[in-house]
Amino acid sequence: MAMDFARGITEFRWHGRGGQGVVTSNQMLGKAALAEGNYIQAFPEFGPERTGAPVRAFLRISKAPIQVYAQVYHPDVVVCIDPTLLEVVNPTEGLKDEGTLVLNTSSEPKDIRQKFGFRGGKVVTVDASSIAMEVLGRPFYNMPTMAAAVSATGVVAVDTVIGEVLTRYPGKVGDLNKVAIERAVKEAKVG
Amino acid sequence: MTVSKDRITVEGLTGDAAIAHALRQADLDVLSAYPITPQTIIVEDYQKFAADGQVKAKVIPVESEHSAMSACVGASAVGARVATASASAGLALMWEILYCAASMRMPIVFTVANRALSAPINIHNDHSDGMGMRDSGFIQLYCQSSQEAYDTTLMAFKLAEHHDVLLPVMVGIDGFIVSHNVERVEMLPDDEVSKFVGVREPVQPLDPDNPITMGPLALTDYYFEFKEQQDKAIQNVPRVYKEVEDEFEKLTGRKYGMFETYKTEDADIIIIAMSSMGGTAKVVADALRERGDKVGVIRLKMFRPFPTKDIAKAVGKAKAVAVFEKAMSFGAATHPLALEVRTALYEAEQRPMIADFVVGLGGRDVPPITFVEGVDKTKEYLKKGEAPLYETLGVRK
Repeated sequence: MAMDFARGITEFRWHGRGGQGVVTSNQMLGKAALAEGNYIQAFPEFGPERTGAPVRAFLRISKAPIQVYAQVYHPDVVVCIDPTLLEVVNPTEGLKDEGTLVLNTSSEPKDIRQKFGFRGGKVVTVDASSIAMEVLGRPFYNMPTMAAAVSATGVVAVDTVIGEVLTRYPGKVGDLNKVAIERAVKEAKVG
Repeated sequence: MTVSKDRITVEGLTGDAAIAHALRQADLDVLSAYPITPQTIIVEDYQKFAADGQVKAKVIPVESEHSAMSACVGASAVGARVATASASAGLALMWEILYCAASMRMPIVFTVANRALSAPINIHNDHSDGMGMRDSGFIQLYCQSSQEAYDTTLMAFKLAEHHDVLLPVMVGIDGFIVSHNVERVEMLPDDEVSKFVGVREPVQPLDPDNPITMGPLALTDYYFEFKEQQDKAIQNVPRVYKEVEDEFEKLTGRKYGMFETYKTEDADIIIIAMSSMGGTAKVVADALRERGDKVGVIRLKMFRPFPTKDIAKAVGKAKAVAVFEKAMSFGAATHPLALEVRTALYEAEQRPMIADFVVGLGGRDVPPITFVEGVDKTKEYLKKGEAPLYETLGVRK
């Protein structure tokens, strides 16, 4: 019997590249979970901060205080915000059989399942890059990717996340991100 | 009476940010520091509070950590409430002045995001910096979480400035693991903190109208007497710390003790660890108990003064103690934490077996399975009837 060191905790692992907002979106989702009355841990993998280098971040969400202080090895949810990373890292590594894989990609969930041989849980794809370019005019695809993860897992309400985004980015940037988030929630494909 | 919930602010804060808020509320007179990762956010955030007029303190940016601690000693000598922050190489550069701060009885609060020492350069967590300064005369309090970092920083001022203590306090959090980890933190309202920390009452401040000299020279005639007094002062810490914590508990409902015990009463094997590792160890104890192993945890918070007798009592009749620590004392009989634990247990009626595992140097992750490995080894040693003095885990050999 495998020992469970994360009872009652939902664990996320994020993949992205330095500068793409992995740390920010991880913290924002964490703060949304906090706003809904949860305990959280939101922390990056602590490497050298180089723009463009693969980076990871981790999030724990729990109704009870969280005691474990280590990286996440068996996430419930993996979110990859950079489509080019899918050729570099295996996002399903350590992912629980019943876990959720959320990717920014134009591919279909069934193609992703085939590519990584992931049969369990859920695969969620969203073309967050296109959404970001069309709505924001710039490649800020972390928020729409996060939105797909939020709606697919239901770990927090989408509205709570939008509230956090508007608090952090008041004005035009926040408003446009809200539009991008709402589009991503509608367009995400689950398979 | 605890402060009512509607007056508590709940925020997602990193350990560093939580400490910065505690320093904001503690109404400092002077903060002097030099930036170093992973402590940087503490001073950055505090500088923001200063720039926004939220604090009245004089912030003194200096050209080195040696100067930072020197400025703190000078400010503390005139009776100011003083804090600084550092880590690793920065802390090492303070070395000379750490001893001065303690021996001159300056109640400085020194927040540290504990980090490895060079070489090779490494920005990540271990306890080499804290263990290196363990004989400087500072009180040392190691925290598990961002909440505990906030709470402990507030309590540190009352402890340091108490007239039966008058010693500097190091408040340690694990670099990155806690310093850059956003957690749920409950903050007290400013007025409650003001009442709790009060205003420092210096015993013998520098005063231009009544000039005295502090710390100039004491040779064979009086130096030893200074050390004798310093030793007496640090022996008062457990009593004063308890008083301070009792008062803090009345406000918040939270207390930590000199150490925290978790399922130790019937334990065959007790894990002793500090800071964030103490948290992970508790989760491991739960999992191992489901497997049928009676494991408990002592999470040590106060390393200086070391709660020798209390630790021996808490270990009780356990068959073995498994120490997990993040520092090496090269060439020593065992490593720093295990040295203290072995000494504490030497007089015990039923002396337990002690295993010492050095883990996590330079930020190497210490996942739950590393504790399981250590406990499994300890079980083997109990069967064999002997354990090595120490060993390393989670390293290429």
